[in-house]
Amino acid sequence: MHQRLGATMTSFAGWQMPLRYTSETAEHLAVRRAAGLFDLSHMGEITVTGPSAGAALDYALTGQLSAVAPGRARYTMMCAEDGGVLDDLVVYRQGEQEFLVVANAANTATVVGQLRDRAAGYDASVGDATADYALIAIQGPAAAGILAALTDADLGAMKYYAGVFGDVAGRRSWVARTGYTGEDGFEVFCRPGDAEPVWSALSAGGVAAGLLPAGLAARDTLRLEAGMPLYGNELGPDVTPFEAGLGRVVKFDKPGDFVGRPALAARAAEGSAKQLAGLTIASRRVPRHGYPVLAEAGGGRIGAVTSGAPSPTLGVPIAMAYLDAGTAEDSGALAVDVRGEAVPARLTDLPFYRRRS
Amino acid sequence: MTMNVPAELRYTQEHEWVSVEGMSARVGITDYAAQQLGDVVYVSLPAPGAEVTAGEPCGEVESVKSVSDLYSPVDGEVTEVNTELEDDPSLVNAEPYAAGWMFRVRLAAGSDGEAALPPDLLSAAQYEELTKSAG
Repeated sequence: MHQRLGATMTSFAGWQMPLRYTSETAEHLAVRRAAGLFDLSHMGEITVTGPSAGAALDYALTGQLSAVAPGRARYTMMCAEDGGVLDDLVVYRQGEQEFLVVANAANTATVVGQLRDRAAGYDASVGDATADYALIAIQGPAAAGILAALTDADLGAMKYYAGVFGDVAGRRSWVARTGYTGEDGFEVFCRPGDAEPVWSALSAGGVAAGLLPAGLAARDTLRLEAGMPLYGNELGPDVTPFEAGLGRVVKFDKPGDFVGRPALAARAAEGSAKQLAGLTIASRRVPRHGYPVLAEAGGGRIGAVTSGAPSPTLGVPIAMAYLDAGTAEDSGALAVDVRGEAVPARLTDLPFYRRRS
Repeated sequence: MTMNVPAELRYTQEHEWVSVEGMSARVGITDYAAQQLGDVVYVSLPAPGAEVTAGEPCGEVESVKSVSDLYSPVDGEVTEVNTELEDDPSLVNAEPYAAGWMFRVRLAAGSDGEAALPPDLLSAAQYEELTKSAG
């Protein structure tokens, strides 16, 4: 279907995904100003159910999922024993004993395997439901209006990071007010066979408002502007949540033990050797993943870029980078080594973009 | 994906086009290349006066998602570059064969007195074939 829409496809974690439909810049700006429609069916959906499902997730993940009310969602992480991040996750509590864990496509098998191991002592069962769900996201300031006309879910009453079961275009779905763009928006989990009619209805319903179908390229620049980490760039087994500035997802005060607790507690106490920072570039040269960050033009290396792109909203290239602890504060003039050219860069507070609410 | 391959131009395997105009050649990247790259955000071109060699990198084309070398399709001296691209690199996407042209090269004369071109430049038909087999 996406190819019928003229999409340029890319291979991602074993899935054929739309990279862009027309122009990634136009798609990005549509999400900021109106709405964008994303097919995210590659994401992993994992069910954790049973009387002790909440307790099992408390042990398996960094967050306190047992404290999440039914109908609400939480951003959380799965860490290894050494504190390294195995995946970042959104967990929806769909019922008293039903949780839906959404994992990155490339990590789904790891997360399923780890959840099964970690839930072994609990009265809870773990199921890989990735093939049972399609995921369509509608994001942007016009998203609520477009979706409201096609669903019986009460969007007006739905808070950010909440979800309900409802019909979308007549198809039974889990509708959640979540996303990865820095805008208001919704994610619709439906049956794979219902994806095309749901997509078509949202697409047609959004035309007048300026909705565009949007690909992975726009999704990446949207999340970068919003300062959201991408697994494989800002997150990985070699970093803990603390380096990424996301220590708040680790709930040390929850009851009971959890995987990675001693290592994470030590990291929290001793501080991190590197810290995630935002950079803004004055020229058109784009800092990209892996490029060295220098203390100044011609200066020593103090870190490396994790993600970089031209920011359609700000009109200049932006980047996230890990910098050696202590170097960021007293560096007025940084530079990024763009294939041999030291391009001046300025430290910028994350996020680069925050929507007006 | 619809693609424009003007019949009167010559092409390279690396997706540059060449327009031979007397003893000079105008160079840019193809519609196919521009569509594959996505939105172009920066173009680095050789300086006027620079000597370029067919098949050698002489600049860079940077898009939102990637950076690619720009290869010269011909031998010769750069006489002019498209300075409009400094302010508006999106011309490469909008009009790859017109306002999005990149640089002009003075060609040497061959033994027949005509402009000398590398033998491996592709015709429009050959280039179209190449892009189809690339999917």
